[in-house]
This record gives sequence, structure tokens and C-alpha cells, in this order.
Amino acid sequence: MRLLELDGVDARYGPVQVLHGVSLEVGEGEVVAVLGGNGAGKTTTLRAISGLVAQSGEIRLGGERIGGSAPERVARLGIAHVPEGRGIFGELSVRDNLRLGAYLRRNGFAAGYERVRGYFPWLEERRDQQAGTLSGGEQQMLALARALMARPRLLLLDEPSLGLAPSIVRELFRIVGELNEKEGLAVLVVEQNAKLALRSSSRAYVLEAGRVALEGPSGELAENESVRKAYLGY
Amino acid sequence: MTEFAQQVVAGLASGSIYATLALAIVIIYRSTGVVNFAQGELATFTTFIAWTLVDHGVGYWGAFALTVLIAFAGGVALERLVVRPVEGGPVLTVVMLTIGLFILLGGLSNWIWKAEVRSFPPNRPFPTSTWDLGGVAISKQDLGILGVTLGLVVLLYLLFQYTKLGLALRAAALNPAASRLVGVRVGWMLALGWGLAAAIGAVAGLFTAAASPPLDPNMMRPILIYAFAAAVLGGLESPIGAIVGGLALGVLLNLVVTYDTHLHLELDRLRLPIAFLVILTVLLVRPAGLLGRAVVRRV
Repeated sequence: MRLLELDGVDARYGPVQVLHGVSLEVGEGEVVAVLGGNGAGKTTTLRAISGLVAQSGEIRLGGERIGGSAPERVARLGIAHVPEGRGIFGELSVRDNLRLGAYLRRNGFAAGYERVRGYFPWLEERRDQQAGTLSGGEQQMLALARALMARPRLLLLDEPSLGLAPSIVRELFRIVGELNEKEGLAVLVVEQNAKLALRSSSRAYVLEAGRVALEGPSGELAENESVRKAYLGY
Repeated sequence: MTEFAQQVVAGLASGSIYATLALAIVIIYRSTGVVNFAQGELATFTTFIAWTLVDHGVGYWGAFALTVLIAFAGGVALERLVVRPVEGGPVLTVVMLTIGLFILLGGLSNWIWKAEVRSFPPNRPFPTSTWDLGGVAISKQDLGILGVTLGLVVLLYLLFQYTKLGLALRAAALNPAASRLVGVRVGWMLALGWGLAAAIGAVAGLFTAAASPPLDPNMMRPILIYAFAAAVLGGLESPIGAIVGGLALGVLLNLVVTYDTHLHLELDRLRLPIAFLVILTVLLVRPAGLLGRAVVRRV
């Protein structure tokens, strides 16, 4: 069952076209990774899905066309996007960040908070702390927790490992894996760390210069000669 | 000492008017990064609406409440129809737009209601008597103005701090892109901000007319300068700073002018320059203002 489908998606920032006919899909309960170098269009792919960048082509969520929708509508339809740089509200408290995560859920804070606290127990004692004073790893965890508060059908993760210590990155991906296994959460993750991305996903796409260059099961891609040379470094 | 106490209370009353207009300016500044130069003229315009309502037989406080509602709706409409097309454009464009609104609204007030002196409010909204507090005579009007504006501030504080809508308003101002990703309709939050600012400004206009009648189409021009000074003094980003700055400025100006009676320097004529001096000093010494937030961020 397909949850998200992109069909021939182009995207541009002003005169610069960044995506050229990108097609990809994420099934229900599937973790899919998007790999690629700097400027390959990974972040833009997520931004196109969320409606943060103008695009043309077909984007469907659960069969319904969402291409061209405003970001607030895409969020309403059940996509939670954790942007690059985390996009937390540094001036607000941890609790207010989580409340914003549950913004679209009527009275959904208490139940959502219980669930999120199961994954991030430390949130409770930090609830009144200003989010901007958390460490980088904690901020990334908070960004993920906030996305979960919305009870999304699909989670978009943009470079979650960026600038974080390896142990924190492992913990982060462990939690994402657990969410997927236990709750069947579908995840589309964009990641520079190809090794980690391939290990954590069932399928992957490789973007080059705004086009899908390769796609397939993550295990096969990890064996692929050119992927190994270009992204895994051996 | 008695005179001092009396003048402090009087200063707080006029200061609370500067504070409310400053608060209106801060609300829009926080969400758009732009100072709304039209805020004072908007307040004048809505005060004339109140005058028209009273002229048609509505009671003063009824007209007061209606005017605040009309101002709110007008503020929302202005943002949607006039400001929105330049939203996200260069800051200078938006600033020019608010200056254009300043001229337009000022012209409209003069055109619709003519530049003639009107007595408004028809009857004093507060008792003209004084209240004796241990030998200190405090004007009930001063207390009334101070009380209503502070009540308004408390209401706004509760709205922003303890409601979901208030949280969304703050979030939209702090980080529009992230707000949209969690589903906040940022465009509407900006419009609500304009509505709230116009409603608060309407109160400032109504009380300016009440504190220094008659009603005059240019009455908010000096008040706007005092409000700028108050907002800069408190920190343009800080709503509480706007209140503190407004009250402090009101007391300062009142005391300077009062004690000048002994010096005969006619400092009364220097009220506006003193306000400018405050702006200049704050910008030079402490640009973030008294309560401007120094945001702590770990990278």
C-alpha cells in the first residue's frame, strides 16, 4: 500500500531548477532513505512534499493529491516535517514546543505527551527550560518529539545526524527504528551519512543533480559498486 | 512629597496611554519586524468612529466597546487587503506602506470629520473628582485610565501566555517557517496581530481624547512619538518592556514638567525633544532596551 507518491516532480528556487522529474514512493509502515551529495536536491525533495518550495508534478498522500498545497495544509493531512537545522522554537519552553507539535490535535496534548515521554523520558524534567538552551542532540530529539506530538502518518526527517555526536545519532536512529517497528510509523529520511541511512531503511533512493540516479532495497544499494565508492567510501 | 505622589500617579495615567500604543507597535514589530507608523493615525481614526457612534446616541462605554471591536476588524482587514500583498518583501517596502497608511488615514480623518474641534467624550467617562489618600489627592480619571489599560494588558498577557491561540501567535512571530510546518496558519496570525494592535491602539486613542479634550484629528501625532520612545526604552521585542517603558516615560515627562515650575525653563515645550533624547540614549547605550531579550542559543 503506497502512502506517499512523487511522480515527475520538478522544483525550482527562482530561476534555478533543483529537482528534475523526481519520482519516489514510501509505503505504509516503511522507512525510506534518500541519499546524495551536497546540492543533489535531497532537502528540496522534502521541502517540495511539505509545500515549502514551488513544484510541479504529482505528489499524492494516500492517493490524494497534495502537490501545491500550503505547508499548513500538508501538516493537517498528516505529514510531520523535521527540517534541517531542527526548526525548533528556541525562545519557547520545551513544553510550548511540544504544545505546538500538538497544535492540530484537539485536546491531544496529554495523550500525545504520555507517548512521547515514553521515548524521551528526560523531557519531563526539562519541560520549563528554554528550548534554545538545550544541547544540539537534545534539540534534535525535541524536534522529533514535537513531530510525534502531531501523530503523523508520515515523518519527514531532514539530515537528523547533522552536527551531532555519533552516540547521539545512534540513539536517534534507534528511536526512529522503534517508532517504525512498534507503531508502524512511515519515515522518509534524508541523510548524508549513507552507511547509517542504508542500515536504518528498507529501501533507498540516490539523488544526483536533482534526478533519481539509483533506487532499490537498502541492502542491495549498500553492495552497489558506485554507491560504495561515492557514498560509503570503500 | 504630596505633589510628587500626585504627579507620579498623573504620569502613570498618561504613561499608560503611551504604553498601550507602544504595545500595539511591539505586537506588529514582533511578528513582522516592521514598525507601524500608521498606528497613531489608526487610533485617531477609530476614536472618530467612537465620536460618530456617540453622536448617534450610543452611550460612551457602549461606543468604547464597539469601537474596539471595529478597530480589531479593521486591523485584520488592513493586513489582509493592504499589507499582505507586500508580505515577505523588503522591510523598506512595508515601512513605506505604513507611512502611506499614516498619510492616508490622517487625510481621511480630516476629510470625513473635518478639522474642527469637537467635544468628545461628551461627558467625562470617569468622575472628575479626586480621591483622598492620606493627604494625597489622586484624580479618579487618572486611576480609571490606568486601571482600564492595565486590565487590558493583563487580558492580553493571559491570551498570549495561556491559550493555544496565543501560543500560535507567539510561534508565528518567532519562527514563521517552523510554525507553518506544525500547521499554524501564519498569514492569519499576522492579520490577528494587526487586529489586536488596532484594538489596543483604539483604547489609546479613546483615552487620549478623554485625558486631553477636545478631539482633534492630529491628537495622536505626539503620542506616537512617546509610544516609539516607550517601545525603544522597553525593548522593541518586549511587550512587557513596552508597558514598563510607557509608564516610566509618562512619569519622567510629568515630573520634569512639574518641577520646571520652580526653574521656569518652560520645559513643557521640550516634551517631544525629551522623548527623542530617550530614544537616542537607549539606542546608543542599550540598543536592546530595558527588557529586550538576549536570546541564549547553543549552536
